[in-house]
Amino acid sequence: MKVELEADKCVASGQCVVAAMDVFDQDDDGIAVLLTEEVGDDRLDDVKEAIAVCPAAAIRLARP
Amino acid sequence: MRRIVVVGASAAGLAAAETLRREGHDGTITLIGDEPEPPYDRPPLSKQILAAEWQPDRLALRVPADLAALDLDLRLGVAATGLDLVARTVRLADGCEVPYDGLVIATGVRPRRLPGEGAHVLRTLDDALMLREQLKPGLRLVVVGAGFLGAEAAAVARRLGAQVTLLEPAAVPLAHAVGVEVGQMLARAHVDQGVELRCGVTVTEVTEDGVRLADGEVVEADEVLVAIGSLPNTEWLGGSGLAVGDGVVCDAYCEAAENVYAAGDVARWYNPLFGASMRIEHRTNAAEQGMAAARNLLAAPEARKPFAPVPYFWSDQYDMKVQAYGFLRGHDEVAVVEGDVAERRFVAVYRTGGRVGGALAVGMPPKAIRGWRQAVVTGAAWHETVRTDIPVVEA
Repeated sequence: MKVELEADKCVASGQCVVAAMDVFDQDDDGIAVLLTEEVGDDRLDDVKEAIAVCPAAAIRLARP
Repeated sequence: MRRIVVVGASAAGLAAAETLRREGHDGTITLIGDEPEPPYDRPPLSKQILAAEWQPDRLALRVPADLAALDLDLRLGVAATGLDLVARTVRLADGCEVPYDGLVIATGVRPRRLPGEGAHVLRTLDDALMLREQLKPGLRLVVVGAGFLGAEAAAVARRLGAQVTLLEPAAVPLAHAVGVEVGQMLARAHVDQGVELRCGVTVTEVTEDGVRLADGEVVEADEVLVAIGSLPNTEWLGGSGLAVGDGVVCDAYCEAAENVYAAGDVARWYNPLFGASMRIEHRTNAAEQGMAAARNLLAAPEARKPFAPVPYFWSDQYDMKVQAYGFLRGHDEVAVVEGDVAERRFVAVYRTGGRVGGALAVGMPPKAIRGWRQAVVTGAAWHETVRTDIPVVEA
C-alpha cells in the first residue's frame, strides 16, 4: 500500500515516528517526512496506528 | 458483541469506531454526535481557522470515502440524553432508544462560561467562525484566561491587528502547568507583540461594554472571548449509575462499567505509567484513548491492556511552537537542560517525585525532545538523568 502525507497539515507532533519509526521521520522543524512511500503488509498495522494517532489527520493510505 | 454504540463523533469517537473495524468488529457501529458536521479536528480552530488561513473543509478528520468505508450507523446533529445500563440502551434527543452490547462514551467537554451575555467561547467550528468574523484591525478584544487556548487566540487576533487585552487570574499564566519560568517566558512573548497582559485579575461577569473585574473595574471591549477551561459533558449520564467526578470515572483499562468504556476529554482514568487518575484534554490523547478503549472493549478479559500513554501536547503562539511530553501538572521541579529560556529555544524537564515526569521544548528540533519522551516512558530516575548531567540516549 502507498502512504500519503500532507506535510503542510503536519503539526510536528512526531506521533507517527513513535508509531512507525521505519516509515516516518521528522525534519529539523519537526515536520513529518516519509522514509518510504510503499509499505508491505508487515508494516500496515503500524502505519494505521500512525494514521489514527496523527493529531493533524495528515496521513492516509492510498486506495488501490 | 454485535451492536456497539459510540457516543461522541469527534477525534476520540472516530478513533474508537475506526479501531473497532480494524480489530475485526463486523457488527453495527452507531456513531452519535451532537454537532451536524462529520468528525472534524479542533486544534486548528484557535489557529488556522481563526487566522482564516484554512477554510473549514480542511478540518475534516477523514475524507468521505474513508468514513463511508467504516459502514457506520451515523447519527449526527443529535445529542445523547440518557443511558440505561440495565436495559443497555442510549436515549437520544430525537426520542430514539439505541440498544448496545458495548458502549464507548466520548462526549468531550464544553467551555466554562461567565455570567452575562454576548461573550465568545472557542470549542466548535461555529464558535471559531463567529469569532473570526469579528477579528479586524483595531478591534478591541478582551480574552479572559491566558491558558493555551486563550493565548493562541490572543496571538492570532494580535497578528490580525486587533487590540488584545489578556486577563489572567494567576500571577503567572500557565505556571501550574509549565512552571513559573516557562510561564513568564510565554507571557513575555505576548507583551512583546503588543498584547496588554494583566495577571492577578478576576473577571466576574461579561457586560455590554466588556467585562467586569472583582474590584468593580470594567475593562471595555468590542468583543470578549472567554477561555477559562472546560467542563466534561457528563450530565446525560445522570441517574445511570456510572461514577462521574470531573469526567467519567474509569479504571486503567478505560472501563467505567461492564462493556462500557470512556475515551478522550470526558474520560477520567487511572494512568498506571504515572500512578495517577487523570483527565486529559489533548488532541493526541483523544485518538490514543479512543483506540485503547475500542481494543479493550473487544478483547477477552485477560487480553485487555491498561492505557498508559505519555501525554503529548503542542501550542502555536506567534513564531513559537511549544511541545510537551508527559504529565507536567503538579511537578516538583523544572530544569532547563538545553538552550536558553530567554532566547525561546530550550528544553525543560519536569521532576515529579523522584522521576522524570515530563519535558517541554520551544524552538528545538524534534530529536532534542524525543529522548526525553523515552525518559518519561521508562520513568527514568531524576538524579540519574538530570542531576548528574548524563545525556538521555534516544531509544
